[in-house]
Amino acid sequence: MTATLAPTGLGAATVRGNRLQLRRRVTLVSGALVIGLVVMFGLSMAIGDFPISLGEVLASLTGRGEAATDFIVLELRLPRVLTGMVVGICFGLSGAIFQSMMRNPLASPDIIGITHGASASAVIAILMLGLSGFMVSLFAFVGALLAAILMYALSWRQGVAGYRLVLVGIGVAAVLTSVINYLMTRADVLDAQGALLWLTGSLNGATTAKMVPLLALVAVLVPLTLLAGVWLSGLQLGDDAAMSLGVRVERSRLLLILFGVGLASVATAAAGPIGFVAFVSGPIARRLTQGTGIALVPAGLVGALVVCVADFAGQHLLPVSLPVGVLTAAVGAPYLLYLLIVSNRIGSGG
Amino acid sequence: MTTLTAARPEAAIDRTGGAGRRRALIAGLVAALGVVAILCLLSMAVGARPIPIASVWEALFHYDPANTDHLVIVELRLPRTILGVLVGAALGLAGAVMQGVTRNPLADPGILGVNSGAALFVVFAITFVGADSILSYVWFAFAGAALAAVVVYSIASLGRDGATPVKLALAGAALTALFSAVTTAFLLLNQATFDQFRFWQVGALAGRDLAVVGQIAPFLVIGTVLSLCLGRVLNTLSLGEDVARGLGANLKISRGLATVAVVILCGAATAAAGPIGFIGLTIPHIARLITGPDYRWSLPYSMLLAPILLLSADIIGRVIARPGEVQVAIVTAAIGAPVFIALVRRRKLAEL
Repeated sequence: MTATLAPTGLGAATVRGNRLQLRRRVTLVSGALVIGLVVMFGLSMAIGDFPISLGEVLASLTGRGEAATDFIVLELRLPRVLTGMVVGICFGLSGAIFQSMMRNPLASPDIIGITHGASASAVIAILMLGLSGFMVSLFAFVGALLAAILMYALSWRQGVAGYRLVLVGIGVAAVLTSVINYLMTRADVLDAQGALLWLTGSLNGATTAKMVPLLALVAVLVPLTLLAGVWLSGLQLGDDAAMSLGVRVERSRLLLILFGVGLASVATAAAGPIGFVAFVSGPIARRLTQGTGIALVPAGLVGALVVCVADFAGQHLLPVSLPVGVLTAAVGAPYLLYLLIVSNRIGSGG
Repeated sequence: MTTLTAARPEAAIDRTGGAGRRRALIAGLVAALGVVAILCLLSMAVGARPIPIASVWEALFHYDPANTDHLVIVELRLPRTILGVLVGAALGLAGAVMQGVTRNPLADPGILGVNSGAALFVVFAITFVGADSILSYVWFAFAGAALAAVVVYSIASLGRDGATPVKLALAGAALTALFSAVTTAFLLLNQATFDQFRFWQVGALAGRDLAVVGQIAPFLVIGTVLSLCLGRVLNTLSLGEDVARGLGANLKISRGLATVAVVILCGAATAAAGPIGFIGLTIPHIARLITGPDYRWSLPYSMLLAPILLLSADIIGRVIARPGEVQVAIVTAAIGAPVFIALVRRRKLAEL
C-alpha cells in the first residue's frame, strides 16, 4: 500500500473549495475595482473647464472627433488620467511587494529611500540646474536607480537578509532628505515653492511625450512583477521554509526588489513621490479581499483608484486646485483609519 | 546528605554575563557622559568667532557683560549647547521608548504623528495668528504634537486588543500623511507662510535663546525621568503580549505611560528645535549594539549617545560653512547616516 502525497478525500475537497473561494473573492474585488476605474476614467475625461459629453470623448478617442475636443481630450486630459492610473498601479504594486518582503507594515519604497533618491535628483535639477518637465523626470528616474543601487551595495553581505536592507535604506534616505532640505532653504522662495510642488506629487505636468516612455516601461515591468509575485507567498514564510519549498531565496528577493524599485522609480519620475499610495494600497487590498496573502493585482488597482479619485477631487471638488499628492493622503488616510477601527483581525502583515 | 548552600540566588541565574559586564556598561556610561561634557565645552568655544577655552570657563563663572566674548558665550552659545544636550537626550530616549512600545525597529518618535502635528500647528500659527518667532511657535508646536499623539493613540486603542504595535504604527502613519497633506496644501497656496516655514522645518539649534530653553526644559526633565523608569516595563512588553500579561503587566497602563513619555519628550524637542529626524530612529539601534536588548541599559545609553551626535553635528555645522552655518538637522543626517550604515554592515543587529 502506498501513501500518496496528493491530497485526496474530504480534506482535499475542503482545501480546494477554500482556495476557489479566495480566488473568486480576489477576482470579484479586482472586477469591482476595474469598474470603479472605468467610471473614474469617464468622469475625468468628461468633466472640466470645458465639459465634454461621453459620446464626444469616445469619438475623440477613436479618431472621429472635432479638432477642439480632440485637443482637450487627447492632449490635456488623456495623458493626465492615464498617467495617474499607471502611476497608481506602479506605486500600489511596489508598496505591496516591499511590505510583503519586509513583513513589516511600515515598509514602503519611501521608507527605504528610493523615492528620496528621485526627489533629491529632481530638486537638484529644479533648483540648481533650472530644468523642468521631461528632464526633471529623467533626473528623478536616474536618481531613484542610483539610490537603489547604493542601498543594495551597502547592505550586501553574502546576501541581503533581515533588517539590514531597510536600515541602510533609512540611512540613505536621511542623507538625501538633508540634501533636499539644504537646497530648499538656500533657494529663492519662488523656485523652492516650485520644487515643493514636485515633491508633493502632481499630475499637472503630464504630457503625451512623458506618457509614452512611462507606458512602455510599465508594460514590461508589471507583467514581470506579477509573475514574480508567485515567490512572495513563499518568501513570506521565512527564508528557511521558502528554501525548503524550492524558492531560490536570494535570487527571488533580488528580482522582487528590482521590480519594486523599478516600479517606484518609474512612477516617481512621472508624477513625483506620491508616497502614501504605495504605503496604503497593500493593506486596503488585503482587507478588501479578506485573505491573508498578498493580493498584488488588487493592490495595484487600489493604487490606481486612489490616485484617480484624488486627482479628480483635487481638480474639481475643492474651491482651490490642489495637486494629487495632497489628496491621496486626504483620501487614503481616513479610509485606512476606518479600516483599522472596524477590523478586528489585524495580522502581522498589517 | 546534601544541603543546598544559600549562595547568592542571582549567581545561579546569571543573565547579563555577571558583574563584570555591568561594570563595563557603567564605565561606558561614564565615558559617554565625559564625551558629552567635552563636546559642551567645544560647542561653546567653536564658531564663527573662535574663543579660547579659558574664556569659556571665565564666562561661566566670572561673567562680565562688557566682554564681547562672554556675551557671545552666554547669550548665543550657552542656550544652544544646553538645548543640544536636552533635545538630543529627549529624541534618543523617545526613539528607544517608541521602538520598545511598538516592538518595531523601524519606529521613530515621529510615528505617532508628533512631527507632523507640530508642523501643522506651526503653519496655522504663521498663517492665522501671525506668529513669527521661535518663542511664539513653541506652544503651538507642542499643542499640535500632543493633539496628534492623542488622536493616534485613541484610534489605535479602539477594538478588542487595544493599541497593539501594528495598529499604532498604521494609525500614526495614516495621521502623519493626513496632517502633512493639509500642511503642504497651506504651503502651496500661501507663499509667505512657506517662506517662513521652510526654515523652521529644518531643525536647528541656532536662534533659540534661554527663554525658549526655559519653556521646554521642565517638560524634558519630566519626560526623561518618566522614560528612564520605564526600562523594566519595556523589557516586559518586549516579551510579547501574552507573556507580558501572564507576568502580570497591565498592558494598557504600560503602553499609555510609554506613549505619554514619548509625546512629552518628542513634542517638547520638536517645539524647541524644529523637526530633527534620524536621531530617534538610529541612536537606539546603536545603543542596543552596545548594551543588548535590555532596556534598563539601552535607555540611558540612548540618552547619552544622542546628544553626542547632535552636539557634534552642531559644531561641525558651524565650522564647514563659515561665516554662515549649516543647520543641525542636515549635518546630523549627513554624518550620522554613514556611521550608522557602517555599524549596520559590521555587526549583527541585536533584535528587539
